[in-house]
Amino acid sequence: MKRITRLLCTPWTLACLLAMSDSGIHAAGTKPEPVRIAMIDPQSGAFAATGETAYLQLLFAADYFYNAHGGILGGRPIEVIALDNKASVADTQQQLRRAISQGIQYIVSGNGSAPASALSQAIERHNRRNPGQRVLFLNYAAVDPVLTGADCSFWHFRFDSDSDMKMEVMTRAIAANPDIHRVYIIGQDYSFGTAVAASASSMLASKRPDIEIVGNALHPIGQVKDFTPYVSKIVASRADAIITGNWGADMVALARSITDAGLDVPIYTFYAAYDGITATLGEAGKNRIRLVHNDLANPLTNEEHIAFNRAFKARYPDKDASQPRIATMLTMLVSAMEQAGTTDPFSVALAMEDMRVTNMDGEQVWMRGSDHQAFEDLHVSVHTNSGIVFDADNSGFGLLAELTVPAQETVRPSSCQMARPTQ
Amino acid sequence: MIDALIFATLNGLLTGLLLFLLASGLTLIFSMMGVLNFAHASFHMLGAYCAWSIGQFTGFWPALLLAPLLVGGLGALVERYGLRHVHRAGHVAELVFTFGLAFVIEQAVQSFWGPDTKNYQPPALLDFPLFTLFGQDFPAYKAFMLLISLGIFIGLYAVLTRTRTGLIIQAATTHPQTVASLGHNLPLLHTLVFGAGSALAALAGVLAGPVLGTFPGMAATLGSIVFVIVVIGGLGSLTGALLASLLIGLLQSWAIAVDLGMPDLLHWLGVEFPVDHPLRDIWRLNLPQLAPVLPYLLLVLMLIFRPSGLFGRREG
Repeated sequence: MKRITRLLCTPWTLACLLAMSDSGIHAAGTKPEPVRIAMIDPQSGAFAATGETAYLQLLFAADYFYNAHGGILGGRPIEVIALDNKASVADTQQQLRRAISQGIQYIVSGNGSAPASALSQAIERHNRRNPGQRVLFLNYAAVDPVLTGADCSFWHFRFDSDSDMKMEVMTRAIAANPDIHRVYIIGQDYSFGTAVAASASSMLASKRPDIEIVGNALHPIGQVKDFTPYVSKIVASRADAIITGNWGADMVALARSITDAGLDVPIYTFYAAYDGITATLGEAGKNRIRLVHNDLANPLTNEEHIAFNRAFKARYPDKDASQPRIATMLTMLVSAMEQAGTTDPFSVALAMEDMRVTNMDGEQVWMRGSDHQAFEDLHVSVHTNSGIVFDADNSGFGLLAELTVPAQETVRPSSCQMARPTQ
Repeated sequence: MIDALIFATLNGLLTGLLLFLLASGLTLIFSMMGVLNFAHASFHMLGAYCAWSIGQFTGFWPALLLAPLLVGGLGALVERYGLRHVHRAGHVAELVFTFGLAFVIEQAVQSFWGPDTKNYQPPALLDFPLFTLFGQDFPAYKAFMLLISLGIFIGLYAVLTRTRTGLIIQAATTHPQTVASLGHNLPLLHTLVFGAGSALAALAGVLAGPVLGTFPGMAATLGSIVFVIVVIGGLGSLTGALLASLLIGLLQSWAIAVDLGMPDLLHWLGVEFPVDHPLRDIWRLNLPQLAPVLPYLLLVLMLIFRPSGLFGRREG
């Protein structure tokens, strides 16, 4: 029922939630004003699953860490508002205007580098023109390197490793596997897919020059129903490993066609778990799919993370606490607010620069001041059902970390030339 | 090369026959009622979701039968209590009605089943490779899909040409007034055809769900491709729909399998372009990249050179 109300609300979420929060205020008398965070991500359409999951992670983290313990900044609760952008750039900009006009100062977004890039540019412009009502953009998942590189902005902070950092770790894992000699790259035909293909080729060439790239295919994003013809070509190329940046339905369909064809080679990727994907891959993907990601899933040794996962599962039995970096993001944001003693975006942004926080796994997370890119341990995990304590989709299958690269080894030089605002 | 082509052909046939299950219902509904049903692919999605849900209790086989019946019944209700009223306002209103229905169904599916991909697997009985050719398996479930789709085509053809109901349906597509004045219940026939068309779309969904994935976006790309098939085959022609489905299935599959493109053509012509040429993206295009556009290209060509489609009759 909760989901139904929320989905019905999404196109008009703001109006809806405002109406609800208004009545809440009347009922409670003089409540402290909440710190509002707007999450602009797809809540409907083909990519709704990823958007919904992220929303629940942020909502839960806010309640679990802060609202249940009396809020932040001396008693103010955190309120998370989902604004549906349907994964489209136009809707993203519209929702941003809506959020700004409601006085919301913190924007969270992540699904897709195109909406993220639009947000970063729009916020940069808005803040320049309206110094009195600035907003801050927290990006937890859009991984195009340009967002903290050539197109970096003072008002944008990224809490996910960019695709080059992840590819560095992925090619390291591939290079360490002596059985791999022929690699096939397949990806979605847009900026991210081509970036993955280019960095995979160049990084493999420098690490293991003997590995041959036997194929490099791009397919239209979200259009391919059946990947069997592509898989036939992979089989014909006698590849012994596959690299793909595919996500969402494109990842499920590709993995499915590969396993259906009986092609038994490792698949190296970024986004092949949770939201039904793990359950669908099941036994067929066991020990075959390897992910490069920040979010350690298994084995968990830190009690704090274990308790968080258990509490999340108790509240949302059908969902998984799959993106602990969203909790890390909130931790850093709140630390910066407490340190600055205000929610003013400029002061909070300054406080967040070069901040270090400890995440739930006890790892140090560093927000580099020069380009606002966070550095966190990266893991290569395998899809399996042995050694899994925290599974995905209640399927018994989950991700088990095989290789962990410490944060300092993922640091790449900054190329950002930031235009820094003055107070 | 030859191994990739053999698999591309098998796969093209499979895609084509699945598309035919969708297109046959759409073309029947169009020829009978003059309605281009934009919500057709949504019934396909409903079929997959219903089969998944029913399958939780009964297993795959009863769901294979029950889900299309359920969705067919829903389609009949939509015709009886929705479309029939809208019909009085003309074809444009009907078009808009089905267009809106598609969105309503998509949102309803998402609210009811959630946005996640559903773990809908082929039945254990058919979960083995039928044969292995050049190192690639052909799953038994896909062979089963091929057989069912072929069976449906033969059955549908027999019903339409050999039974009394089929003859009345055929007559009603060209001479509705005469059929009505002969005492046949034309509105009931409409409900029947719409229900049967929805059931066929749902059956395609039940079959395709385990292979192509069951998620809220599964209807999105299919809708437009089915229209292409119906137009290329000729509106209202069952044989045309079959041929156009196979043509498009094979065309897309082959285009991906063959690694030819502009560079090969230019090389063959002996033309060289510098790497920094402003049109270099066009000179680098290859067939696999073009594959998803080919059906639409074919549609445009067909409308220019033969607007009535392969087997369509020109409207008098």
